[in-house]
Amino acid sequence: MAHRKTILRIEDMTKRYGSKTVLKNASLSLKEGELKILIGPSGGGKSTLLQCVNFLVKPDKGRIWLDGEEIIHSRKKELYAYRQKVGMIFQDFNLFDHLTALQNVQIALVKVKKKTKEQARTRAINELERVGLGDHIKKYPAQLSGGQKQRVSIARALAMDPKVMLLDEPTSALDPELISEVLDVIINLRLHGMTMIMSTHQIGFASELADELVFLEDGNILETGPPKKMLSDADCERTREFCSKITELYGNSF
Amino acid sequence: MIESLTVLYGALPYLFRGTLVTIALVAGAMGLGLVVGVNLAVGQVYGNRWLRKAIGIYIWFFRGVPLLVLLFLFYFGLFSLLGINLSAFTVAIIVLGLITAAYQSQIFRGAILSLPEGQLKAARALGMSDRKAIVLIILPQALRLSIPGWSNEYSIVLKDSAVAYALGVMEMMARAHFVASRTYEHLPLYFSAGLIFLILTYLGTKGLRVLEEKVRIPGYSR
Repeated sequence: MAHRKTILRIEDMTKRYGSKTVLKNASLSLKEGELKILIGPSGGGKSTLLQCVNFLVKPDKGRIWLDGEEIIHSRKKELYAYRQKVGMIFQDFNLFDHLTALQNVQIALVKVKKKTKEQARTRAINELERVGLGDHIKKYPAQLSGGQKQRVSIARALAMDPKVMLLDEPTSALDPELISEVLDVIINLRLHGMTMIMSTHQIGFASELADELVFLEDGNILETGPPKKMLSDADCERTREFCSKITELYGNSF
Repeated sequence: MIESLTVLYGALPYLFRGTLVTIALVAGAMGLGLVVGVNLAVGQVYGNRWLRKAIGIYIWFFRGVPLLVLLFLFYFGLFSLLGINLSAFTVAIIVLGLITAAYQSQIFRGAILSLPEGQLKAARALGMSDRKAIVLIILPQALRLSIPGWSNEYSIVLKDSAVAYALGVMEMMARAHFVASRTYEHLPLYFSAGLIFLILTYLGTKGLRVLEEKVRIPGYSR
């Protein structure tokens, strides 16, 4: 593991809304193929951190490197190119409501990556088949279940060939019985070596798959460590408290 | 009675040509209003503080000054001052268009604001510039939502177009008045003019209803 190269490095990320600091000097780095999972109470800064990583939320302070290259987000071209390499999955899917599943995956390939319609179509169909939606490509978001929507959004992100994926509570808006179909897709990504940061409350899932858990509260990264240690023997009192509570609530397996 | 009908019958082709002028006025004004209005709305939602302020002033001006004043102001005042020689017909389209743009912009703005914030975020996350995100993702959805409000605006502009008569544009109202004042057959002529307006309102709003249904996104219940 030590010799794998670092893909993404985040340093000193800080975000304030008015007088409230929602993220304080957060630093994090991701090696190739690594999965880090952000845990912590709601409002603790997980979502803000993830959205700062691709500058959907503009951090007040902080630097980001992708593949050793620093991203200067005020240079628009650089920012757009960078975002193509960072796939984002949202809690509430954010599929484009006026487009079919196929068009959702296709549109950025054509309009951003400048592929031909044919190339984009073939790629989009492949990605949708990969997430098990080959039969639903003509459906509109309103005709899909939550789990299907989230899988379309994963296909949409994957079609861009991202180097890193950011997943912001990808299963939190789903009915319990739809969660596993999305988690299965994420597990598959993990097995194929996708580098990912994900926030979730699925603690069982997190403990089995993550390389590291990152505990965030009040905008601070309080502790980082391998899941086993974090869940049973964390250094920080608050981490222990949170982990035992959430384990109780969601169970130890998934 | 017979004589009234004879006059009316004789005047009908003349009125119908006026109806075409009315339709051209409304189509031109609504088209101009659509283009300008969409840009105003986008600027008002996504623009910086100065742009938003400037657009605010535009809307305040065109919603605040009466149509007749604006027609005279532009036709006799502004364009002659600038040495631009435009027909009364063109000026009427421009003025009606700029006014409806102000109203339409608020229809579009409301529609844009009603979309979930995540739509823009998802577009940006895929590497789209804001311009692309607005053109490809935001507007196609916002414009669909705007059709009912736009249909309302259509019926208002249609009726307002009769005021172009004051500049001497030979639209329907001007022609009805022209014939009526010569033949003294006021009732049948203005009645016919009113009826034609009613029919145009019906056809336009009906057409927009059909359009609304046609572009409806599948899967949404109403």
